[in-house]
Amino acid sequence: MPNPLLDMGCLDLREAIGQHQITSVQAAQAVFDEMDQWEPVLGAYLSTFAQQALERAEQMDRRMASGDRLGPLAGVPVAVKDNMCTAFGTTTCGSKILANFHAPYNAAVIDRLLAADAVIVGKTNMDEFAMGSSTENSGLGRTINPWDVTRVPGGSSGGSAAAVAARLCFAALGSDTGGSIRQPASFCGIVGLKPTYGRVSRYGLVAYGSSLDQIGPMARSVADCALMLNVIAGHDPRDSTSVDEKTAPVGDCLKDLDKPVAGLRIGIVPQATEGADRPVRDAVTEAVEVYRKSGATVVEVDMPHLDYAIAAYYVIATAEASSNLARYDGVHYGHRTANPRDYVEVYTKSRAEGFGQEVKRRIMLGTYALSSGYYDAYYLKALKVRNLIRRDFANAFERCDCILMPVAPTTAFKLGEKSTDPLQMYLADVYTISANLAGIPAISIPAGCDGHGLPIGLQVLCPAFAEQRLLRIARMFESKTDWHTRKPAWGSHGTK
Amino acid sequence: MARSDMQVEVIVGLEIHVQLCTASKLFCGCAVESGQPANSLVCPVCLGMPGVLPVMNKKAVEYAALTGLALNCQIASFTKWDRKSYYYPDLPKNYQVSQYDLPLAHHGFIEIPLPSGQTKRIRIRRVHLEEDAGKNLHATGNFSQVDLNRTGTPLMEIVTEPDMNNATEVKALAMELQRIVRYIGASEADMQKGQMRFEPNVNLAITRHGQVFKSPIAEVKNLNSFRALEKSVDFEAQRQLEEFLATGLTLQTGNKTTRGWDDAHEVTVLQREKEEAHDYRYFPEPDLVPVRVDEAWLDRIKAGICELPLQRQLRFVREYGLNDYDAGVLTLERSTADFFDDAVKAGGQPKRICNLLTQVGLKIANERGCRFVDLGIKSRDVAALAEMIDRGQVNASAGARILAEMVATGRDPQTLSGQLNLLQKSDASELEALVDQVLEACPQALDEIRSGGKKGPKARSYLVGQVMQRTQGQANPAVVSEIMARRLGI
Amino acid sequence: MDMRIDEAEVRKVAKLSRLDLTDQEIAAFTGQLGAILDYVNKMNQLDTKDVEPLAHCLAITNCLREDIVRPSLGVDAALANAPDRDEDFFKVPKILDDNSGA
Repeated sequence: MPNPLLDMGCLDLREAIGQHQITSVQAAQAVFDEMDQWEPVLGAYLSTFAQQALERAEQMDRRMASGDRLGPLAGVPVAVKDNMCTAFGTTTCGSKILANFHAPYNAAVIDRLLAADAVIVGKTNMDEFAMGSSTENSGLGRTINPWDVTRVPGGSSGGSAAAVAARLCFAALGSDTGGSIRQPASFCGIVGLKPTYGRVSRYGLVAYGSSLDQIGPMARSVADCALMLNVIAGHDPRDSTSVDEKTAPVGDCLKDLDKPVAGLRIGIVPQATEGADRPVRDAVTEAVEVYRKSGATVVEVDMPHLDYAIAAYYVIATAEASSNLARYDGVHYGHRTANPRDYVEVYTKSRAEGFGQEVKRRIMLGTYALSSGYYDAYYLKALKVRNLIRRDFANAFERCDCILMPVAPTTAFKLGEKSTDPLQMYLADVYTISANLAGIPAISIPAGCDGHGLPIGLQVLCPAFAEQRLLRIARMFESKTDWHTRKPAWGSHGTK
Repeated sequence: MARSDMQVEVIVGLEIHVQLCTASKLFCGCAVESGQPANSLVCPVCLGMPGVLPVMNKKAVEYAALTGLALNCQIASFTKWDRKSYYYPDLPKNYQVSQYDLPLAHHGFIEIPLPSGQTKRIRIRRVHLEEDAGKNLHATGNFSQVDLNRTGTPLMEIVTEPDMNNATEVKALAMELQRIVRYIGASEADMQKGQMRFEPNVNLAITRHGQVFKSPIAEVKNLNSFRALEKSVDFEAQRQLEEFLATGLTLQTGNKTTRGWDDAHEVTVLQREKEEAHDYRYFPEPDLVPVRVDEAWLDRIKAGICELPLQRQLRFVREYGLNDYDAGVLTLERSTADFFDDAVKAGGQPKRICNLLTQVGLKIANERGCRFVDLGIKSRDVAALAEMIDRGQVNASAGARILAEMVATGRDPQTLSGQLNLLQKSDASELEALVDQVLEACPQALDEIRSGGKKGPKARSYLVGQVMQRTQGQANPAVVSEIMARRLGI
Repeated sequence: MDMRIDEAEVRKVAKLSRLDLTDQEIAAFTGQLGAILDYVNKMNQLDTKDVEPLAHCLAITNCLREDIVRPSLGVDAALANAPDRDEDFFKVPKILDDNSGA
């Protein structure tokens, strides 16, 4: 029998723990029991911390009993994508090259979760070094979609999305460089938020595309994402690209969350939706109607450079990645090849053995784009296109408060279906990529499902640092629909 | 270099790396210290571990800007960092954070003092900030060891234009640069400790039958002393001439070579040529934001700049009438120059103070291996001592002794001169009696003087010396001389 | 400009990236990278003559820290993940061509 506790949201669970209706240990135990049963099939986690988590939960309960004031996530079991360094356990980034890497420090977000008294239950599976859109590029494990075991959970934060959807944790952190939180959230029917670039510290997030990466929350409701964002957002002096409090105060994302945005102007980009599957287009159209019925006006906005976003992204992200991944060389940490003939072979063979195909491909692409003779044509050009895309958004936001778009052109595809043609995989990032290029916040919320019952996500984008408004707009939709309450027919909950 | 049908001009530009003396590294809080146990001064950031990020050290930026100002450069109002990619075990990220197209300072110059007493202006192309790499050690056996303590240490790279034409000028530039960065406090610049590294770029312009040929540029590495720097330039100039005469090879894009200095044999050796030229793939460092140096900040930095060594040296010559050599000695170390200025302000005669310092004080400091100011004497005491000598209270050699005693005991010159009984005897009556004694005791000398021959002056000095001896050096020699002159009727 | 990438170029890039690729991988990557670069070339349709490159999303400048010493990791923690260690050093096969900066 499925434990109904597992269907609770973070806020409700925290409240219940605070009221002594549920103990932290009960919550943690429920998660680990569910893991024991279904993890072997789901494959969401690369490592779990049952013993430590239960000890910590016990600690929470003791402190609660003695009347201590506990943090906003006290006793709530959360999962963390395995590209965020933890001083406990391993941090693998889904790669053989870091399979046994034990970070000597916690990422900033980990410290914040711990300070909020969260119970971290495990590190989740991902596309290797966050490169991919299906989690099939993981070098260390396979994750399936709890809605359909023959399909991908999306990527690169597929493990986090699957764990949240399958009730193997109450919330999770993912990272998003070109859509890696939003797309798996869409494929797994949960809520996933990519904050404004600079909103959440990147210290301890293993870098892929440094000017694009952001950590964000994944949960089963907008409110839970707001709660998580409150905990992880904020300036960090260890991250030079982390915005300071004066320029962009974090505020309380839960405050006024249920208050609809009056006079809301919704922007839609008609030509953008053309490439999406029918069910996806319909879900977005219906979502626009929901907003219209709530009193919002709808304007068509023009984003003339959206078509070039993928090209720009795959130059910038891979260029930065080729440099960020140069450190994985078998010298100071990570996998080293067995019998190198000289120190150069330590590099070339360790990297060849430790990296998967997609990672190698992107490193090569990025190195090429930066190399002598090609820098201007590729990298510099891409940075200019990036500026054009940012301007497109700035212009659009003069006429609307948010933009609505699909998250992905399709619902979750079959395992193995797209992995033969890398370019085809890249082209599916069309809707999510531009928010990373421009650095603006964007969220995916459950907004429908297709003929197979597979979830469809709606994407809402807002101007930089407008997370509070973004979450309220998302909540407006959520409060009028019940897509987010649907559960995958899976595991303890269903017949599959 | 003389050959009747040829004129050879040596052309040298210098690339200098200077370690800044910040307390912490460029991007993290690890201490900047040499001689510590291997890998004891590292953290996740300078180790280049997954997930780490750099945060720029403000003091390093200020030292670099200060150096730019001292080198008469324009300070960029907008500056940024770039990644320079290459793989090497002492570079954990396999890229170095440096500055490519927008360095912190550029287009300056440095005046170098030449032995002739003139100065020459050498143009500075740029000054930028970057991080140092660690160290590879090649132990015996088939492995190498990597120590990353030095990784992330702030480094300034200074590049000159190829304005130098001989080894003397190169050495003068190197020494002046060292003096400057020490003066402004940006670096200890100890070459032996690797805190200042020089790489000369040398080539020749050979004019033959009216045509000018340029030899390929050679960059020389692994120089650990000014002597090696000088010798390597001379060696290269000679080697390149011979090579040109033998092969006729001239400067082309891409044929610059790198040569290592072999100190034992005093030659440069071609380093293994790479199959392809370095492709550093520079691109803007995404983890560091640019720096804007506004007027207010620049003014604050400018306020911190002291009088620079060459200017001070020239001022000492001009204002105090010192000679070039002495002025150079006094301004070698900023603390010594400051002391000297203070002593003069306290009322001492500059030349007198100069002699006390150069002939006595600095010698003692050199013997002890410390700076002059570390000897602990006060500038007003040295000024007082100088005055005592001028007034004839003590003579010059007594003064030297007193100074040494000041160092040893910490007492002031007035007390010491009394205690050591060094106060000069200037009392005429006492001295007259002594002069008469000596004249009586040395008839031969007396004769030589009276005869007016060549040996006269020497005999006179001898007699004065005899009086000095009888007074244990305390007689005022000027007074003695004058008495003697009267007695002798000359 | 002919943007078609050939195998020789791919080998050069693999060397710059310090990746030891098999011949099959080189061949496969040549095709794939070619197709991707073809696609990426569409950026050339845009006239960006008067557009500034945007390297940083945020208009932050002057993020500087005070020159204060903080504790280091300690040699054992620093070497804990080292694949090969010689006392307090990271150990690698002998580096014969010592030209730091290569």
